[in-house]
Amino acid sequence: MFRYYLLLAIYSFRRSRMLTVLMILAIGLGIGASMTMITVLHVMSGDPLPGRSAQLYVPVINPDPVSSSKPKDTAVDGAMTWPDAMYLLHAARADRQAAMAPGALPVRPAQASLRPFFESGHYVTADFFPMFGTPFRAGSGWTTQDDDSHARVVVLNAGLNRKLFGDSPSIGRSVRLKNTDFRVIGVLDDWQPQPTFYAQINSGAFGNTDQFFLPLATAQELDFDIAGRMSCWGSGGDARLSDHCTWLQFWVELDSPAKARAYRDFLAGYWRDQQTHGRFPRHENAQLFGLMDWLSNQHVVPGDLRLQLWLALGFLGVCMLNIVGLLLAKFLRRSGEISVRRALGARRRDVFLQLGIEAGAIGLAGGALGLGLAELGLWSVRQRPDGYAHLAQMDISMLLGTFLLAIIAGVCAGVIPAWRACNVTPALQLKTQ
Amino acid sequence: MPLPPLVASLTRHKLTALLLVLQVSLTCAIVCNVAFMIVERVQLLRQPSGVAENELVSIDSTDLDDNAQPLVRHDTDLAALRAIAGVKSAAAVDALPFNHHDWTNGIALVQDGPTRATATAFNGTPDELATLGLHLVEGRSFLPNEYVPLGSSHDWSGIDQVPVTIVTRALAEKLFPGQDPLGKAIYPDEKPVRIVGVINHLLRPQAHESADNDYATVFPMLPDANSVTYVLRTAPQDRSRVLKQATEALDRVHGNRILRHAQTFEQLRADFFHRNRTMIALLIAAAMGLLIVTALGIAGLASFWVQQRRRSIGIRRAVGATRRDILRYFQWENFLIVGTGVALGAVLAYGLNMLLMQQYEQPRLPMLYPAIGAFALWLLGQLAVLGPALRAASVPPVVATRTT
Repeated sequence: MFRYYLLLAIYSFRRSRMLTVLMILAIGLGIGASMTMITVLHVMSGDPLPGRSAQLYVPVINPDPVSSSKPKDTAVDGAMTWPDAMYLLHAARADRQAAMAPGALPVRPAQASLRPFFESGHYVTADFFPMFGTPFRAGSGWTTQDDDSHARVVVLNAGLNRKLFGDSPSIGRSVRLKNTDFRVIGVLDDWQPQPTFYAQINSGAFGNTDQFFLPLATAQELDFDIAGRMSCWGSGGDARLSDHCTWLQFWVELDSPAKARAYRDFLAGYWRDQQTHGRFPRHENAQLFGLMDWLSNQHVVPGDLRLQLWLALGFLGVCMLNIVGLLLAKFLRRSGEISVRRALGARRRDVFLQLGIEAGAIGLAGGALGLGLAELGLWSVRQRPDGYAHLAQMDISMLLGTFLLAIIAGVCAGVIPAWRACNVTPALQLKTQ
Repeated sequence: MPLPPLVASLTRHKLTALLLVLQVSLTCAIVCNVAFMIVERVQLLRQPSGVAENELVSIDSTDLDDNAQPLVRHDTDLAALRAIAGVKSAAAVDALPFNHHDWTNGIALVQDGPTRATATAFNGTPDELATLGLHLVEGRSFLPNEYVPLGSSHDWSGIDQVPVTIVTRALAEKLFPGQDPLGKAIYPDEKPVRIVGVINHLLRPQAHESADNDYATVFPMLPDANSVTYVLRTAPQDRSRVLKQATEALDRVHGNRILRHAQTFEQLRADFFHRNRTMIALLIAAAMGLLIVTALGIAGLASFWVQQRRRSIGIRRAVGATRRDILRYFQWENFLIVGTGVALGAVLAYGLNMLLMQQYEQPRLPMLYPAIGAFALWLLGQLAVLGPALRAASVPPVVATRTT
């Protein structure tokens, strides 16, 4: 029976070729556009640190006064002042904790063939490496003692290591950053979490990877420039060590919800304690964000991309309405033929099945086209100069999702017209013939 | 054209007509909002930066000497840059529109007073105004004795020593609405700074909320960090040559440095807006796609209906209807459906706009957009139905006498 219905469908397609092509094209375009954007958003909302992200938190305390102009943005500011970050670091109430700031430094290779160049990295504290589980190719991170003694040590990422030392072992060798020699004590195995979740989340969250990590205290002593945002309030100059300039990121590892609650209480206590010293003019509102919550709060997926997704879905919706309308008109035009079949003994479900198969075939063809168009769309996304561009690849789940969407779309588009058409009254139709 | 028979005929195709109405209204709603977004983004793209855009090239230089003397270095470099043929003027600056180096200060009108506005500080050597081509609309330029070092390595302490500033007209109007800003004091930090001039425009290095984009203060402060941006003004056709020669000249004067971002101002601007341009292209593509799909839908449905009604068209023709009557019939039918669609679409457009206002801080949709959208869709509908309607009109009366 199925083969016969398929044959009937093919006859029907032949009768209105142009229209069939248009319907397939419309559903294909809708699905292609939607799947392109769903895939892009899917890869961008992925977990940058699978297995660890559930234990990582960002403490948010706001020492700055409430600004008069209230921003509509719901994103909180997680940046900390130096005194607050150092207090939390040394209080060590979490399982692990690290303070950090982004930096860009001139790297001055020893070999004469390479000109000095700029590289971006992070100034961090000792726990950074074990807390984020950074994979080491060689060596290791540094200790808290190294932090305290402002050690001139550096951990390189694979890219910079290769550029400076080629394939020869680099542990123990020195690299000149700005105007100071650092001893290489560790090399990371091309660690590039996407997004760079631990940094300030901005348009560079995807794509940019840090190539060096050195102790925060050392960078502060050497007065290395920070590459991120620093905001100051009140008067007394824009000093990095002051208690009225926020510029540091802070992360903690807490391996149970109970510990997370206790840590939040600790933050609240600190906030109230500071208020007795005349700081923290805002009402106490200490917050603790889990990694994934943090990324969504900081809008790691740009608003424009979400808008593009809605646009694509809207387009798919219009295409679907279009196809439902066209199929309905097409099926109803065949009322006569359907009536004859019904009069000859075909049950309603037979007619429904026949028309459903015809609609489903269009859906499937549209889905196949949509898959091709989605690949094309993703390719075009990869050509964008944005950092997230290289992530735009379709994975298995998205591939299955596309087919599922195509079948759902096809069936949805077919159900109403098929149901409507199998309900025509045979007698009435036959009479008008 | 009598409407009742037309409406009666449509009620025989309730579901189909309803689907078409829905499709038209959804298309209308989306296209109106998309068009509004396109216009907004194009306006963003076109904001005047205030500088002589097609005459500027810039290059970032970082001195790597251990005991570098930035002020001396900048003077020597600038002398070498000015010697290049075709360079009209040159300056060392710390910020340019679109270059992301944004040092923003909260501006108060009394000491330790509340912040009235936040504005970007632009600092540079004495030729900055002339090089950038900033247009002074009121007051005067800086005097040679007003320049102080920026104090980059001392927490930018220059801000408490600088005596005067030139502000943009937008900032002056925000701080002193309806008053003459010249001679007034502002407090970007602790000390008062007197306004001596007003410039037309100067866009900030990073995007801010639309009204604040033009809040800028120019200070007579000399950049004294090891990293600095050199801006050169030259004739548009000389830009690439000057850029190349500038790189060579700087290398010759002092080799131990890193030169980055050697580019024309137009490249800087293009890079700044690349996302915006992608978005505009996508929005246009989406709007076109929607309109085409809807037009094809209308045409497809109309041709079905024409085929289905061949016999009744034949009968009408046989009892005296002219070709023109048949044509009109289909045109009116389309007008009715699309008209209902766009009426619903206008309501939907405002609903969608409300959602966007909440989610994306989109302003309210002006009435003009639904009006134009409705007209465009109506026109599109008429164009789409024309082919099938003409085919209907050409159905000969003899069809009425045939059995099928």
